Amino acid sequence: MKVKRWITVCALAAAMAMNAGAEKKGNIVMDGSTTVGPIAKAFAEYYMGKYPGVNISVSESGSGNGAKSIINGTADIGNMSCAMKDSELEAAKSKGVKVMEHIVAMDGIAIVVHPGNPVAALTVEQLRKIYTGEIGNWSQLGGPNKPVVVISRDTNSGTYETFETLVMHSERMTDKTEYVGSNGAIRQRVMTTDGAIGYVGLAFTHGLKVVDIDGVTPTPESVLDKSYPIGRPLYMYTNGEPAEGTVLAEFLGLYKTSDGKKIIEEQGFIPMP
Amino acid sequence: MNADVPGNRPQHGLQLSKRARRLRRLGSLAGQGFLLLITSLSSLAVLFIFIFIAKDAIPFFTLRGFAEFFTSTRWYPSSQPPEFGVLSIFFGSGIVTLGAIIVSVPLGISAAVCLSDVLPFHLRQMVKPVIEMLAAIPSVAYGFFALVVLAPMMQEKGGSVLAVLAWCIGAPAAVLVVLVLSEVLSGGMPVRFRGAGRYGVGAALLGLAGWGLWRASAFLNAIVIPSGTNALNASVILGIMALPTVVSVSEDALQAAGRDLRMASYALGATRAETILRVVIPAAISGITSAVILGIMRAIGETMVVWMASGNAAQIPTPWFDFLQPVRTLTATIAGDMGEADHVTGSARYHVLFAMALCLLAFSFACNLASEMVVRRTKRRAG
Repeated sequence: MKVKRWITVCALAAAMAMNAGAEKKGNIVMDGSTTVGPIAKAFAEYYMGKYPGVNISVSESGSGNGAKSIINGTADIGNMSCAMKDSELEAAKSKGVKVMEHIVAMDGIAIVVHPGNPVAALTVEQLRKIYTGEIGNWSQLGGPNKPVVVISRDTNSGTYETFETLVMHSERMTDKTEYVGSNGAIRQRVMTTDGAIGYVGLAFTHGLKVVDIDGVTPTPESVLDKSYPIGRPLYMYTNGEPAEGTVLAEFLGLYKTSDGKKIIEEQGFIPMP
Repeated sequence: MNADVPGNRPQHGLQLSKRARRLRRLGSLAGQGFLLLITSLSSLAVLFIFIFIAKDAIPFFTLRGFAEFFTSTRWYPSSQPPEFGVLSIFFGSGIVTLGAIIVSVPLGISAAVCLSDVLPFHLRQMVKPVIEMLAAIPSVAYGFFALVVLAPMMQEKGGSVLAVLAWCIGAPAAVLVVLVLSEVLSGGMPVRFRGAGRYGVGAALLGLAGWGLWRASAFLNAIVIPSGTNALNASVILGIMALPTVVSVSEDALQAAGRDLRMASYALGATRAETILRVVIPAAISGITSAVILGIMRAIGETMVVWMASGNAAQIPTPWFDFLQPVRTLTATIAGDMGEADHVTGSARYHVLFAMALCLLAFSFACNLASEMVVRRTKRRAG
């Protein structure tokens, strides 16, 4: 009944024997954030497809566990959607773990409304008030006299987690919030609903009106230079810089390669330049 | 040669040796045992489902107690600190099911009466399979229709959709009521006026009903629906999904009332309406009740449609009967929150889903028991 997702591929002994010389072998364990999870899993699939002798397992149990697994040495890579806290860094130091931080991609969330909605810009403050229910009508924001239909991703999704962290802080969404199960479903609902507002990954805005936040349009560039407020780096942590030439070093370096960047884009994130 | 003649078989059997007879008895015992095993497997499955759901539900109540779960309307399972108030979700399941009953029961029972007592035989042979086909459509297809067709339609046309819906449900119901009422009212008139009286009363009532419906649709036409995924959308779709169950079970019950009963009623001088209302339906009432209960169970257990069509907002609308607000149901919450509700990291969050499942299971169990009791009581009364 574990809901943890494990990806494990064991290479066949025969295959290994056949090209034993060129074949890389190794074992990589990753644990941590559900937001970074899709990238980690796509990387693992790609890398294991390339080198069947390598065995990579990815589990998603939250950023906090990513930090813990690095501190306790239970994982080779700790995936995190926020930087390690001071307390975590101190705990690592006391255990003799040399924490190395790698920013693998940026995660940006676009705020979308119905194409016919005249409201073109919001502040993070206004956005929060919309989602807490304090602002309930578009006329309060200079729009038409229409009730705001607040649409959110379900509470399981990494996008929800990001939005909750960067926009809601610790405030609760209004109980009128409608929840849907995917980026595509948000698009469908916002596209057909006059008063709707929703949030999606940057790759899913086609056919919708994207709202500027704090005067900045969400683009890969504005997310990368951090001028767009609803974006954040995604981290992979290791214990010390992995030695040159090892499987771990090559795997971790994937995000810098063109294939790796393509994979990151496919998952709806922004690769590092 | 003789052994091949069927008539000789028993004789042949009588001559079986002791050993062969024992073998045969053993074989039949093994067969019976096998069948018993298969039958008990399905009942064991129910038992095991109950045990395993309860096993995972109890930790939630030991962690958080009962009060919050049943009395709070605040559902924030992923926030810090989390809140697990399920009252509004119970309410959501309830109101969506109520809506489905309002849609499916009048339509379903009238359709069943029409099929069993009104339509000619060859028409019935065509209509019934069509209604039963509704049951064969996968629920995700209904959900997709609700999300992509019905929801935008409600938002754009809003009130006019409601008006059309009101006509769809109201017009057949009104015609039925008018037909019955005119017959019942004219029954008290002197015989020579009865024919004309029936038509007069009928026309007057029909006019009244039409005027009422027209006023209602004018009122509904003015309503604007901000969000198309709401309790009404889910109710309508669930009602349609429950329809085949209600129709076929109650039609079977009406059929089972028997030809003798109808003939006896006609022989006493009753009209067709009187026969249906006072004889056939009362005779079949236990079957109709279980049809309604089965329909309720179909509606409350449905997941995909409500996840897509109800909006999933964990609130009790104000006023509570506002069907145009989004609501959240138990089934949709279980399906939607299962994904990452890891029992390692968020134990209460994981177990709360099982607590909800246990409530659902208990409810269906109670429904089943109720329908069983209704059937048994009427049987005893009739017997």
